[in-house]
Amino acid sequence: MSVSDISIDKILDIYTRVLRIRRFEEQVALLFSQGQLPGLVHLYIGEEAVGAGVCAALRDDDYIVSTHRGHGHVIAKGGDMDRMMAELMAKSTGYCKGKGGSQHIADFEIGMLGACGIVGGGIPVAVGAGLSAYYRGTDQVAVTFFGDGAANEGSFHESLNLASAMKLPVLFVCENNQYGEFTPAETVMNIKDIADRAKGYGIPGIIANGVDPLKMYTVAAEAVARARAGEGPTLIEAKTHRRGDHAEGEGAFLAGQTYRSEAERKAAQERDPLLHLHNYIAENDLIPMERLESLDQEVIEAVAHSVDFARSSPEPEIESLFEDTWV
Amino acid sequence: MPRKTYIAAINEALMEEMRRDKNVFLMGEDVRLGVFAGTRGLHAEFGDRRVIDSPISELGVAGAGVGAAATGLRPIIDLMFGSFLYLALDQIANQAGAMRYMFGGQATLPIVYMTQNGGGIGAGPHHSQPVHPFFMNMPLIKVVTPSTPYDVKGLLKAAIRDDNPVVFLNQLTLGGRRGEVPDEEYVIPLGQGDIKREGSDVTICTAGLMVHHSLKAAETLAKEGIEVEVVDLRTLSPWDETLVLESVAKTGRFVAVDESYPTCGAASEWAATVAEKAFSHLKAPVQRVTNKPVPMPASPLLEKAVIPSSDEIVAAVKKTL
Repeated sequence: MSVSDISIDKILDIYTRVLRIRRFEEQVALLFSQGQLPGLVHLYIGEEAVGAGVCAALRDDDYIVSTHRGHGHVIAKGGDMDRMMAELMAKSTGYCKGKGGSQHIADFEIGMLGACGIVGGGIPVAVGAGLSAYYRGTDQVAVTFFGDGAANEGSFHESLNLASAMKLPVLFVCENNQYGEFTPAETVMNIKDIADRAKGYGIPGIIANGVDPLKMYTVAAEAVARARAGEGPTLIEAKTHRRGDHAEGEGAFLAGQTYRSEAERKAAQERDPLLHLHNYIAENDLIPMERLESLDQEVIEAVAHSVDFARSSPEPEIESLFEDTWV
Repeated sequence: MPRKTYIAAINEALMEEMRRDKNVFLMGEDVRLGVFAGTRGLHAEFGDRRVIDSPISELGVAGAGVGAAATGLRPIIDLMFGSFLYLALDQIANQAGAMRYMFGGQATLPIVYMTQNGGGIGAGPHHSQPVHPFFMNMPLIKVVTPSTPYDVKGLLKAAIRDDNPVVFLNQLTLGGRRGEVPDEEYVIPLGQGDIKREGSDVTICTAGLMVHHSLKAAETLAKEGIEVEVVDLRTLSPWDETLVLESVAKTGRFVAVDESYPTCGAASEWAATVAEKAFSHLKAPVQRVTNKPVPMPASPLLEKAVIPSSDEIVAAVKKTL
C-alpha cells in the first residue's frame, strides 16, 4: 500500500487522531507550567504520527501497550479525554481513579493495556497479549510502543526473540526520538538503525518516517496484515523526534546546560507531523480547509471540556486506598 | 488413602486444573520433558499450545504471562529455580504486582509463578536463594510454600484458580517425600495455615521444608516433656495471623523458624506481629531461627550450617522456657 491508496475517510481519521493528541498535549503543557498537575508528564508532541498512524491500522479489539510517554497512544486508540485529564489531575473519575497518573493510564475496554513507567517494561506484556490472541485462535494483534532507550533493555531483546520463536502477532514499534532522557541515542548504541536488530531475531525490520502519519499508517497496515495472517512479528523503527524535553519542567534540572543545539531543535520543530499532514491534505485538495478548521474547533472544545470535567471531579476518597487490591 | 510423592502431587494438580479450565496453560524452560517431573506428561495430553517450552528468558516469559493474564488467560509460568525469579523481577514486581491497583482495578491477573525455593541440594547460591521474603514484601502478590504432598496439591489448585498473581514456591528437597493424597478432588484455600502438631507449651510458626525440621525438633522436645505446637502457614502472603495468635494465646511462647535471612525475613514479620499483638500472652521473649546471613555455599556441610537445623530449633524453644 502506498500513501496515495489511502481513502479520504481514513486520512481524516488519522488527521483527527493527530490533532486530538496535539491539542490535548498542548493543554497538558500549559496546565503543568501553571502547577496544576502533580507528578511527571512526558509529552508526545512531535511524535503523534507514530501513535496515530499505527492505531489507525488497528481494530478496536487489537491491543496496545504504551510507555511513560503514553498520552498519545491512549488518544490514538480511541481513549476518552475526560477520563485522561481527570487521571492527570489525580481525580477519582480518572481512568485509574487517581492511582496511576500520567504514566499508567490504561483503558482495557479499548484494548489499551496500559502505559508503563519502566523503560521497556511494557514490551513483554504486549508479547503476552499476542500470545493470548494466538492461544485463543483470534486474529487480534498486539502492538508495543517503546523508545530508542528501551531498545537497549533486556526486555526488548527477550521479547523479540520470544515473539519471533513463537511467530506471535506482535508489532514492535520503536519511537526513536533520538534521546534517552538527555543522552543522545547515538552515544549509547553502536548502530545507526535500531531496525537492524530485527535481523538478529529473524523478523522484518522496517525504518519508517516517524513524522509522516500516512507513511506510518501504510507501514503499520502491512505489518498488521502479516501478523493477522500468522506470519509473525515486525520491528518498525519510526524515526521521529520530541518537540520538548524529556519531561515537562525538567529544564530546571539541566541548570542551564544544553543537550541539543538550537539548530537541531528548530529543525525538529519544522518536521511537524500535524503540519506535514495538513499540508498534504491542502496540496492535494483532499478535504476542504473549512472542515479541518471546524474539526480543530471541535477538538479544542473537547479538550476544554476535559479540563472542566477533571477540575470539577472529586478527589479520591481516602477509603479507596485499599480498593483495587486483591480480587 | 493413597500415598504419593510431593512431585507427583504437583503433577496431579497441574493435570487436573488444565483439564478443568482450557484457559490454563504452562510455559517455561523444559516443561515438556519436566526436568523435576512436576510437569511431566502434560505435553502428551495438552500439546504444544498449552505446554510451551520457552527460551531461557525469565523476564520476557514472566512478562508474557502478565500480558496473557491481562487478556483472559491463566498462565502458569515455571521459572525453575527461585534465584532465577530475580531476573524476572521487573515483570513480577512492577507489572504483575502493581497493574491491577495502578490501573484502578481494570486488570485481573491470574498468574502463577512456580519455582523451586531455597537450598538443600548443594547447588550453590545461584540455585538456592530463599526468595520468599522479597515477594512477601509486595503487597498484591500471594506467596505459597507447601510442606507436604497433600498441601502442595490442594494449594497449587487454589493458586491456579486464584485471580491474583501467586508466587508458588516448591522445594526440591521435598520432591521425593511421600504422604497421603486422596484421589478425590480437593482444594486448600490460600491464606489458611495448618497445625501440623498440637502442643501446649511453645508455638513454632514456620513453612515449607522448615515444617519438617520443626516437627523433628518437636519430637525431640516431647521426649523431655515439652509439647510444641507447629503451625505450618502454607501461605506466606496473606498469612494466617489469627491461627498463630490463637496458638500463642494458648502457649505463651513463640519461635519463628524460617529458611531465609534474619533481616526483613519471614521470621521477622511473624515475630514482630506476635510481639505487637500478643505481648500480654508472652511469657518469654520471642525467638527467631533463620538462615545465617551468607549466600548459600555449595558444600553440603556448609549449606547445612546455613539452614536452620532441628537442633537449633530445639535450642531456640528452650530459650523460651
